Amino acid sequence: MQKSLKMDPNKCTGCLQCEMACAFEHHRTFTISRSRIKVFSFEAEGRKVPYTCTQCDEAWCLHACPVEAIVLDPKTGAKKVLEDLCVGCKVCTIACPFGTVNYVAATGKVQKCDLCDGGEPACAGACPTGAITYVDADWTGLDRMRQWAGKTDNNPAAV
Amino acid sequence: MTWTKKILRVNLTAGTCQAEPLNLEWARQYLGQRGLATKYLVEETDPKVLPLAEGNKLIFATGPLTGTSASTGGRYSVVTKGPLTGAIACSNSGGYFGAEMKFAGYDMIIFEGKSEKPVYLLLENDDARLLDAAHLWGRTCWDTEELIKHTHQDPQLRVASIGRAGENGVLFAGIVNDLHRAAGRSGVGAVMGSKNLKAVAIRGTRTDAYAPADPEGFFKAVAAAKAVLAGNGVTGQGLPTYGTQVLMNVINEVGALPTRNHRDIQFEGAHAISGEAMHAPRDTDGKPNLINRNACFACTIGCGRISKMDTSHFSVKDKPTYHGASGGVEYEAAWALGAACGVSDLEALTYANFLCNEDGFDPITLGTTIGAAMELYELGLLKKEEVGLELTWGSAEALVKLSEMTAQGVGFGKIIGLGSRVLCSTYGRPDLSMSVKGQEFPAYDGRGLQGMALEYATSNRGACHVRGYMVSPEVLGIPVKMDPGATEGKAPMLKAFQDLTAVVDSAGICLFTTFAWGGPDIQSMIQPALGGDYSLENLMLLGERVWNLERTFNLAAGLTGKDDTLPPRLLTEPAKTGPMKGRVAELGKMLPEYYQVRGWTPEGVPTPETVARLGL
Repeated sequence: MQKSLKMDPNKCTGCLQCEMACAFEHHRTFTISRSRIKVFSFEAEGRKVPYTCTQCDEAWCLHACPVEAIVLDPKTGAKKVLEDLCVGCKVCTIACPFGTVNYVAATGKVQKCDLCDGGEPACAGACPTGAITYVDADWTGLDRMRQWAGKTDNNPAAV
Repeated sequence: MTWTKKILRVNLTAGTCQAEPLNLEWARQYLGQRGLATKYLVEETDPKVLPLAEGNKLIFATGPLTGTSASTGGRYSVVTKGPLTGAIACSNSGGYFGAEMKFAGYDMIIFEGKSEKPVYLLLENDDARLLDAAHLWGRTCWDTEELIKHTHQDPQLRVASIGRAGENGVLFAGIVNDLHRAAGRSGVGAVMGSKNLKAVAIRGTRTDAYAPADPEGFFKAVAAAKAVLAGNGVTGQGLPTYGTQVLMNVINEVGALPTRNHRDIQFEGAHAISGEAMHAPRDTDGKPNLINRNACFACTIGCGRISKMDTSHFSVKDKPTYHGASGGVEYEAAWALGAACGVSDLEALTYANFLCNEDGFDPITLGTTIGAAMELYELGLLKKEEVGLELTWGSAEALVKLSEMTAQGVGFGKIIGLGSRVLCSTYGRPDLSMSVKGQEFPAYDGRGLQGMALEYATSNRGACHVRGYMVSPEVLGIPVKMDPGATEGKAPMLKAFQDLTAVVDSAGICLFTTFAWGGPDIQSMIQPALGGDYSLENLMLLGERVWNLERTFNLAAGLTGKDDTLPPRLLTEPAKTGPMKGRVAELGKMLPEYYQVRGWTPEGVPTPETVARLGL
């Protein structure tokens, strides 16, 4: 079964545990500038929103790459960057409509979320509030469906 | 190890920025942040220096857990000689700024001297520059942060700055980072202002700056400690839901909520300004005051409050700047701006709190000082003509107006900006200043909680609740329940709490974790982070060393055991209402024992044996 990272901004407090977990998983550092997941702060609305690659099926980054350095991992559905092949041309960063592929000046390559190669992505494991979960890819909206379902008034006893 | 082993020394007089190695021997003895910065201050400054003079230093310091995934591991301290007290000042803050310092590769930044013109420090990894801040002077913290990000086209800069309060010499000015996180107490912002240093902006992207000595062990310990916080009633439920405001009704019922300048210890309006009230829909617009909660860097508790005001409230009706979301009141602020002044208008408190964040000053001292002014007004010592408005108890209008005047440094706000000690002395009633060593009380009455009375009297930075937090045993029963009205056993318990608090503040984590974490939890993370020998016993000894070092600085600065006292009101005026009715703070019964368990002389001076034992 393929799984997807699910983000619920309503639960995010902005603690950045996800960013640190990501940076450490991939680079053995806590420095969050190396994280592939990012929490954005919308101060005037008082909202924090975690955001990362959505692993598009028709991945624009993958198609745009001139050296085929971005490949599909059929097991997880992740689009992965092969660092050995990446030439740092940044075409993928232009192709991605969401901006979730990023150039890293220090390495001269791009980086993006690879779902931690299967298992439990580190960001989801580190999130203390359940704002980031790793769920059945076919049912990413299940929670919300359930919430709305609970609001129906078809129970005669409740009327 | 999780020190970067590097500090930045900024000489504002010469305009130079120089990196230098961290004194690792001191780091081992004092851990980091509060302890380590105190050691540097003590070694490098004359304790008699005037706080706002060029010779004072201002040290920003992180701890070894700052910038790691240890829950709440994002804190930094600012250590200096405090202008409100003349004692050592150490104020810490959360948000994201402290972690960014570590990412840039620095454990500490030491500011010395005084710049001729307003400047700000821009620190990007190895690149440190002092830049002209003429265009920022006179601006609020909120504007300053935005302008600096805009100027450098970098929204990811983290900024700590002073607002107009710090510039204008408000003696309780703080340093604000991430818009509503502040090193709020003791006037560290006034020292920053005196140096013409407007802001510190940091962007850190170094990946090689530090790493745990034992990464696997560290992660295991962090995960276990996070689970402890999540499973605890206070840190897992109470604080996330209500923030520190969970305490308002609790402390009021216990009979320890100082009201109207400590004339009473129960407030009839407590419920209206409580955490519960922040959740409830307002009568006026049907929306709640609280819209979200917020966490600092790495924090899995998330006690921060995000509020949105009723836009038709008189204080903000014509001021759209305040119609967005911003940092809402926490318990101490709600108490000081509310109960201490008799004000029960939650929206007015929220607005005053916004101003404190926006212009960088301490809501505890602000509220308490306005409360003192209200009492002087009632006694007829302060006239309407002098203030420019009526200062009747409970007046939300007066609170709002005086807060604005203090932020802007105009009219009577100039005197409020000097704190209650100066205010009350000016009008001939120094006894009405509810302060110790010149710093105002926070939100617990020493007549209701005897351990807190002792804590206030002996705190190295003046009256303070985060130098021990005896509320834990006396109200919450953590780690054991103690009778709040009793004096027995309080001295040794307080000493243990003070020492542990010094460890927590030196490590880079938040004191609120100690509702759930004991010493062993904290030790379990420090050990794999640093390697070496950090047994619990060694850490507690380290905490005691920090406490005594602060004490010796204060003694050298001219303070004595006579300053370990409380205002006469707490010692002689019995509480009027509630379960603690009839009680006074029985400091005399506890202080001699406290000195004894500390290993100090009856005059409150560390004995030669104590000094030797702690390796001071």
